[in-house]
Amino acid sequence: MTDRFVSRGFVGRRRDADADRAGRIPPGQYLSDGFPVLSAGPTPQIPLDQWEFTIEGLVRAPVRWSWEQLLALPARDWTVDISCVTKWTKLDTRWHGVSIDDLLAAVELDPRAQFVTAHSYGGYSTNLPLSDVLNNQAFVAYQYDGAPLEPAHGGPARLVVPHLYFWKSAKWVRGLRLIEHDVPGFWESLGYHNRGDPWREERYSGD
Amino acid sequence: MPSQPLGWKIATVAEIRDETSDVKSFSLLVPQWRTHRPGQHVDVRLTAADGYQAQRSYSIASAPGPDGRVDLTVERIAEGEVSPYFHDVLVTGDEVEVRGPIGGYFVWEPSFGGPLLLIAGGSGVVPLMAILRERAGVDAPVSATLMYSSRTWDDVIYRDELEQLAANEDGLRVLHTLTRAQPPGWTGFARRIDRPMLEEALGGIGPQPLTYICGPTLLVEAAANGLVELGVDAGRIRTERFGPTS
Repeated sequence: MTDRFVSRGFVGRRRDADADRAGRIPPGQYLSDGFPVLSAGPTPQIPLDQWEFTIEGLVRAPVRWSWEQLLALPARDWTVDISCVTKWTKLDTRWHGVSIDDLLAAVELDPRAQFVTAHSYGGYSTNLPLSDVLNNQAFVAYQYDGAPLEPAHGGPARLVVPHLYFWKSAKWVRGLRLIEHDVPGFWESLGYHNRGDPWREERYSGD
Repeated sequence: MPSQPLGWKIATVAEIRDETSDVKSFSLLVPQWRTHRPGQHVDVRLTAADGYQAQRSYSIASAPGPDGRVDLTVERIAEGEVSPYFHDVLVTGDEVEVRGPIGGYFVWEPSFGGPLLLIAGGSGVVPLMAILRERAGVDAPVSATLMYSSRTWDDVIYRDELEQLAANEDGLRVLHTLTRAQPPGWTGFARRIDRPMLEEALGGIGPQPLTYICGPTLLVEAAANGLVELGVDAGRIRTERFGPTS
């Protein structure tokens, strides 16, 4: 870092609690108590009796879950810190949902599968290395803070990949496609970083 | 997609203007500025003497120009960290670090066509103003409607300029709604954006406008969902939402 620049007269408003939480707030982020909503278009309205989630692509046979089938899968509580590329970080968010590991257990992966594209109702997509969604690093959430996930926050179900910037946590997720070669998703095609690790401040393409 | 890193640049504050009691515009001169597209934003970074830093994103209010000038319009958030610095500390000649332009979806260029429906709440009008300023500078601009929700008449950002733009009679219609208080004799809307208001907006420009909505989540949800219910193709609606950027 060659940060010799100093903003004249800037002290900052450092919250006392930040000291304890240091080490949990990635560089360039600030602590938020709220839960801002960001999305590129209208919130899709998905009737639960039409909702489905699919794993397809480089698998021996695609698998599809209805809403009832998703709810019947083993689920657990997750308490995770999340960081949005728009600079807010929220600590200890509480979710309930199904680990991607448990979903992938239902398919037989083709060994060529190296990447995943998450697709959403409404047309959104985001890409991830398969290694970023394994080992309980990612889950499909359908409850937030003890209540059904609101549509504006991605309900009925969203992907959550807490160790990457939150645009990777696709709202209104409807499936995962396993692929051999990486394909940029929506924001990744529009100037945002391909991987999006907040601790490396991978915000934009080239960071 | 590998590309050139979007590096931090030291911009100089060339001008500061009051817009409303808690909103100011800052003209920044940015060296080697990569021309932006209307609707994009920049990241701003402040650094204290001990190295502590704070970053925020701010929408660009100006149309792209050749001179590396970028106008940011910033609302002062009382409990914030960066916006009070902009309002209370920055003076002409000061420097701030910026990088950008950022954002490739909530953008409009004249080649995208129209008609345009722009819906704003509060300081959500800023990126839409960049669009309107760009539109005003081209020959035969597409027809456009701005529906703009503010608390009071004194909270309307760019009020005089919007009146001037509408007075050009080049196909721009500005519909204000004032949700908290209205001046005597007010004939505009006086409630949160709802379906009859959206119908009124569509009535002037047709059923499938290219739509940009920016504001607080409740406004964006109401406007975007309302337009979809009225038959506007969801793919024609682009949204940008914010809580306050402190």
